[in-house]
Amino acid sequence: MMTDLSSALMICLPELILAVGAMLVLMLGAFGGERSTGAATMFSGAALIAGAFAAALGPHGTLFAGAFHMDQLAAYSKVAIYVASAFAVVMGYGWMNRSNERKFEYPVLILLATLGMSMMVSAGDLISLYISIELQSLALYILAAFQRDDARASEAGLKYFVLGALSSGILLYGISLVYGFAGSMGFTQIAHAIAAGGANHGVVFGLVFLICGVAFKASAAPFHMWTPDVYEGAPTPVVAFVAAAPKLAAMVLFVRTLSMGFFGAHEQWAQVLLVIAVISFVVGAFGGLMQRDVKRLLAYSSIANIGYALLGIAAGTQLGVQAMLVFMVLYMIDVTGFFACLLALARNGRPITQISDLSGLKGSKPGIALAITALSLSVLGMPPFSGFWAKFYVFKSAFDAGLWQIAIAGLVASVVAAFYYLRMIKIMWFDASPAPVDGSPSEARWIAFACALFSFPVVLIALHFLDQSAGLAAASLGLH
Amino acid sequence: MPVFDPNTDPLGYVLIHLLGIVLVVVGVLLSLAFLLLADRKIWAGVQMRKGPNVVGPFGLLQSFADFFKFVFKEIVIPAGADKGVFLLAPLLSFIFAFVMWAAIPFAPEWVVANINVGILYLFAVSSLGVYGIIMGGWASNSKYPFLGSLRSAAQMVSYEVSIGFVIITVILLTAIKLAAAHQGSLVDAMNLQAIASMQQGWFWNWNVFGGGLKHLPMIIVMFPMMVVFFVSFLAETNRPPFDLPEAESELVAGYQVEYSSTPYLLFMIGEYSNIVLMCALMTTLFFGGWSPPYPTTGWFEGWSFLGIDASFWGQLHALVWFCIKTVFWFFMVAMMKAIVPRYRYDQLMRLGWKIFLPTSLVAVAAVAAWGVFAPLG
Amino acid sequence: MPLTAIAFYLLAIVTVVSGFMVITARNPVHSVLYLILCFFSGAGLFVLLGAEFLAMLLVVVYVGAVAVLFLFVVMMLDVDFARLREGYAQYLPLGLVVAAVLLGEMVTVSSAVANRGAAAANATPQAADLHVSNTQSIGQVLYTDYIYFFQAAGIVLLIAMIGAIVLTLRHKPSVRRQKIHEQVGRRRRDAVEVTKVGVGEGISE
Repeated sequence: MMTDLSSALMICLPELILAVGAMLVLMLGAFGGERSTGAATMFSGAALIAGAFAAALGPHGTLFAGAFHMDQLAAYSKVAIYVASAFAVVMGYGWMNRSNERKFEYPVLILLATLGMSMMVSAGDLISLYISIELQSLALYILAAFQRDDARASEAGLKYFVLGALSSGILLYGISLVYGFAGSMGFTQIAHAIAAGGANHGVVFGLVFLICGVAFKASAAPFHMWTPDVYEGAPTPVVAFVAAAPKLAAMVLFVRTLSMGFFGAHEQWAQVLLVIAVISFVVGAFGGLMQRDVKRLLAYSSIANIGYALLGIAAGTQLGVQAMLVFMVLYMIDVTGFFACLLALARNGRPITQISDLSGLKGSKPGIALAITALSLSVLGMPPFSGFWAKFYVFKSAFDAGLWQIAIAGLVASVVAAFYYLRMIKIMWFDASPAPVDGSPSEARWIAFACALFSFPVVLIALHFLDQSAGLAAASLGLH
Repeated sequence: MPVFDPNTDPLGYVLIHLLGIVLVVVGVLLSLAFLLLADRKIWAGVQMRKGPNVVGPFGLLQSFADFFKFVFKEIVIPAGADKGVFLLAPLLSFIFAFVMWAAIPFAPEWVVANINVGILYLFAVSSLGVYGIIMGGWASNSKYPFLGSLRSAAQMVSYEVSIGFVIITVILLTAIKLAAAHQGSLVDAMNLQAIASMQQGWFWNWNVFGGGLKHLPMIIVMFPMMVVFFVSFLAETNRPPFDLPEAESELVAGYQVEYSSTPYLLFMIGEYSNIVLMCALMTTLFFGGWSPPYPTTGWFEGWSFLGIDASFWGQLHALVWFCIKTVFWFFMVAMMKAIVPRYRYDQLMRLGWKIFLPTSLVAVAAVAAWGVFAPLG
Repeated sequence: MPLTAIAFYLLAIVTVVSGFMVITARNPVHSVLYLILCFFSGAGLFVLLGAEFLAMLLVVVYVGAVAVLFLFVVMMLDVDFARLREGYAQYLPLGLVVAAVLLGEMVTVSSAVANRGAAAANATPQAADLHVSNTQSIGQVLYTDYIYFFQAAGIVLLIAMIGAIVLTLRHKPSVRRQKIHEQVGRRRRDAVEVTKVGVGEGISE
């Protein structure tokens, strides 16, 4: 399968663009200093867009003895990830300008984290799986602690790092067990070994650890404990980034690992995933009820949503994978919009974080209030909004795969979760405003509006294309 | 030298190696005694003093007198010190300084252990030398020694990086020469004997001149690399002008403050042994090692003297040249101490990280490019 | 080979004992020192295996650089280790139970599966190529088959470096720094001015 160098480089062109781009931006920043932050941001955004085009239009193939797969699935997720990262770069630039801390490292780290994610969705080997996860998370740890003089941001970074390191240890332990019992690192060879010798206990044992490790990175319960703290403490544009693209990357990594390498052990891992999924949406729904901080609330919401997405993977069908892909992209758009709204809101120069601070938003910021309402309705799964379609896909695939008990549990959980979104809407529209709200920065406002618009009317048109490309992407795994 | 097979005659194998080790250690220790004296004499000469001149003719026995003085003094161990580590530190310094001599080729076939990654072995063991200093500084449980040891460790770790890159340039150059001569595997380039023997013949075959007339353009890389190596090895061995760990005006005597008597002696011998070893390494890497500056092929052929055959005399001839070159570099080190003022700490770090590291990195790329693109036929 | 056997047992015993001492030593600095000894004997075992390049790299990288930093950090930490150990006896039974369960699971799984299934089928180690030294064989796979991992690992290290700088570097405006170019490039006319000063007049700016 090894091709010659020039075509090999074309296949991994998106990654090359990001890696070389990140180094160029780094040079630009190192020599230009703080003044070059604007240029660095522009350049990073350009690199991400160029990478998205390269991923969408570039050739497909398998490289490095199966360690790197570029197929429809990878292309689909790469485009989504790059676009989400570009939004994060833009939001971060505005935020840095306002907080008077212009650092060119921010776009560099976003680029490198994106590089890690794009390697995650292409990983076809346990080593590339591990290295790409590390690449991504290391950059995210730093981003979480980016406001180093802020005690909560430092705490968030440290917690994220310590728990992340622990999960990496678990992941590595699983990898070494799988390697020992399957005799290989490559997914295709592992699949052969499982096909030949059956899924023996050793492989399953290792696989469970592996799943736990990746679940940590995807913030699925019961491995979610870092999520609320990191969401609360880290700078908002960073959270907007962490909440969107890495989740998709981890999910695609899950799908590729489980269905390319371990499909022979589907019965075993499906159980594990179902347990994780159920715990996730239960924790997400009930944990969110007690929250006062909007970012913590969104953290629990993300835990619940990861649970729904895992249902699609656990189904183990092509339809399930397609549902997961559609779900994740729609969720990413919602959550980006949510955080853009948060970025757009400040009172006396301090960002609004508490739910109670949102009261009376309809008077001072009707546009943002409308956007938050639309996005909330979408995330809770109200019919015409995008979140409904996302959940519809996932639950349908779960029903098709015969997982109707779990799907019903998921529906119940999302009804519980609806409570806190509705409470937020009530506070915004019916409570009195305590004090006027500052003017909102244009870039955050525009992103918020765009995402809100997407979540209602645009989604009806976009869903058609999304459905098609997600279907193609899911088909590339060769499931039924 | 009779060769014993370790499988059939393990005892003989062990004994013959022990003999070689003892020979090298005694030889090095004896030379150290006089080199120490030379160091002091040169320093004195630059300052128009006489230096040690009382013990023995011209003070020749001064080092031995010092030795006995150190040995017969009482060992003082500070009350708060970590006794085990405190005593282990000088021992480690001493041992690491001496095990390095195992890989140094003194003459053709005269080497205690002809390791095929000999240069890496030296690099590895020299990176261990820092432990004696850190442990000594920490175990003294006193402020100046601790500060001195931290400084010293940071300094050694920093300069190791550029030394590593310089060594890689030499390895690459040797590999290129080996490939051109179609001799042996390229990996032999990490063997110190191979590095030395590839520089035989006229002196322009020495690596400092690019390693042969065919490679003459490489002089613009290798000569600066020699300079980088020399300066880095001064820093690595904490010699002036980089003797910050022992900067008297700031830190009294650095990590050695609490040491006295034999432990101090071990530190000192270890330090000087390291310096001389670095001189020998400098000779081997850049100045032809044991090879004389003129071709000696056929000189000793069929010739025997005192009943000993020619190869021995050839080796002895090589040994003499090795010693001359090593002593020359030691002289340079002593002169550096006498004439160059001490660096400040930030200047030292700047030199290492901002100048030597990039320079040597570029040099590695340049030598590699020479190996790939040069018209060597 | 008796000598190799002696060397092996010596190094192996030192490795295991020092590994044990790493976790039992009371003083953390001693722990690190035992760790270094452990690495060092491990390198010796590599030499016995004929992997001298790996052995030297182990010493250069782990012992010569990583462990030095460990030692730095541990020496500078001002932690009351006696207090840290207070709960030790209290949590010991729980720890032992967890460790025993883990050990039991691992032993069961390993012994049940180790000698059958895929592991046995794939467990034929390739014979070493005697004509190629281990340095060369590492180089050959590292820069061809594993170039992707090699480069990716390089980027991981780059991120670590950027992170360390972002999170710790502070440009203090009050600190005067050396500007070598400016200092060396200073001309006489920038610094010295020769004027004729009349008696009792002084110099006006």
